[in-house]
Amino acid sequence: MRRSRGTPHDFLPTASWQNLRLRAGLLRQLREFFHGHGFLEVETPILSADTVVDRHLDPFSLDAGPAGGRPHALWLQTSPEFAMKRLLAAGAEAIYQVSRVFRREEQGRLHNPEFTLVEWYRRGDDFQAGMQLTSDLCRVLLDRGPAQRLSYAEAFQRYVGLDPHAANTEALIAAARRCDSPPPQSLAKEDRDGWLDWLLAERVQGRLGLERPLLLYDFPAGQAALARIRPGEPPLAERFELYVAGWELANGYHELLDAGELRRRNARANELRRGDGKTALPEESRLLAAMERGLPPAVGCALGFDRLVMLAAGAGSIDEVIAFPWDRA
Amino acid sequence: MGTINTSEFKKGLKVQLDGDPYLMIECNFVKPGKGQALYKCRLKHLIRGTTLDRTWKSGDSIESADVEEINAQYLYRQGDKFVFMDNESYEQYELTAEQVGDTWRYLKESMVCGMVLYNGNPITVTPPNHVILKIEYCEPGARGNTATNVSKPCKVETGAEFQCPVFVNIGDLIKIDTRTGEYLERAKE
Repeated sequence: MRRSRGTPHDFLPTASWQNLRLRAGLLRQLREFFHGHGFLEVETPILSADTVVDRHLDPFSLDAGPAGGRPHALWLQTSPEFAMKRLLAAGAEAIYQVSRVFRREEQGRLHNPEFTLVEWYRRGDDFQAGMQLTSDLCRVLLDRGPAQRLSYAEAFQRYVGLDPHAANTEALIAAARRCDSPPPQSLAKEDRDGWLDWLLAERVQGRLGLERPLLLYDFPAGQAALARIRPGEPPLAERFELYVAGWELANGYHELLDAGELRRRNARANELRRGDGKTALPEESRLLAAMERGLPPAVGCALGFDRLVMLAAGAGSIDEVIAFPWDRA
Repeated sequence: MGTINTSEFKKGLKVQLDGDPYLMIECNFVKPGKGQALYKCRLKHLIRGTTLDRTWKSGDSIESADVEEINAQYLYRQGDKFVFMDNESYEQYELTAEQVGDTWRYLKESMVCGMVLYNGNPITVTPPNHVILKIEYCEPGARGNTATNVSKPCKVETGAEFQCPVFVNIGDLIKIDTRTGEYLERAKE
């Protein structure tokens, strides 16, 4: 992790008081929005025995000391997803949470390894209802109108000029080589989702949500994460992302309910992690137990609150909206 | 020197790419949605000064460059070679006229310059920002004319010519800004 050596002034906040007041105001509005829509605010553990198993998410782990004679590892949450779904399985109707989440190595203009995530779930919502709620929340908080919708395939057709689901990997690589900046040399030829990600980052994301917020939806099945996959030709992940001014602000799923499928995805994610030279993460969790018992159909979505404040403040760096970012934490 | 992992990337790193030394002048972390974290960097070639954009995946590593900055005293010129000496180790270094470039215009004996070594060999030499040079030849100055907007060429002790105001004379010391090659003022020793 980068850490500056420190200067005599690094006890000071990097955010202005104006931005910290704006931040507090948005948080109040956000809570009013959810309260007004019948959501219950909940709190779940930040430090947990379970963690999301994702190829590209690296949690911080903590040695909790010996338990039952064996060292006991706990994880700082990368999102409150598992615990909130356990609440859904236990009967929650509509819940939201404002919590700190932690992701190793994610530091940059739009990233701080510790950041604030707003996450919500509503039982019974389908994919469309979930997107609508996200659009409504964004409208209230940023006042940039309702969100437009664009499918992942339409976005690639429009900005890359190919069908992301039908094109073979060679065609994706050829398109990536035509981008202004060269793709990473270590990106493997067979890493199809890696090439799609590169094209999305280079050619698509910066053009989304410029005039009005935009919901990008129907992702490739390989990028489903914890979203359900809608059968069809091709099968598509019922996952959406909210973009404003070219920035990804939120990510939502029509939630995967099948415990067996989650087990398979966890195993696959760990296989990819090992291939990337990373440690595998625990595949068993209490979420699986909850899913086996039965998770109700629901849509869940998580929104990066710091970026939302950045947009409202017109800030160019996340440090402008966090009192003490990583280098001063 | 070893390798540098992406988690250690930051501006100011000196790295080796395709056998050449580069300075990392920009480094941006980007992560598309749930995808692969990327480091988009801009690098400056430490010899040629050209820039290059490269992206690495999180977890990649690159070679660090064995680059050292030293203070070196200019000793003498021998044909096409310029000879310097490290002020601390007394090690002598030779640079070609091509490596020295325009800097020869400012080099006088015992002047201390900044020097960059790559794998122990000198690659660039940078004169101090201001140098004082003696005028060896110029047309006579118009006495009393202190106008600074009229200039004339003056040949200095290094053999180089600089544009100076008309009032300076042979034997005068002048201060030159080496970053712009411009005359600044008359100087005392």
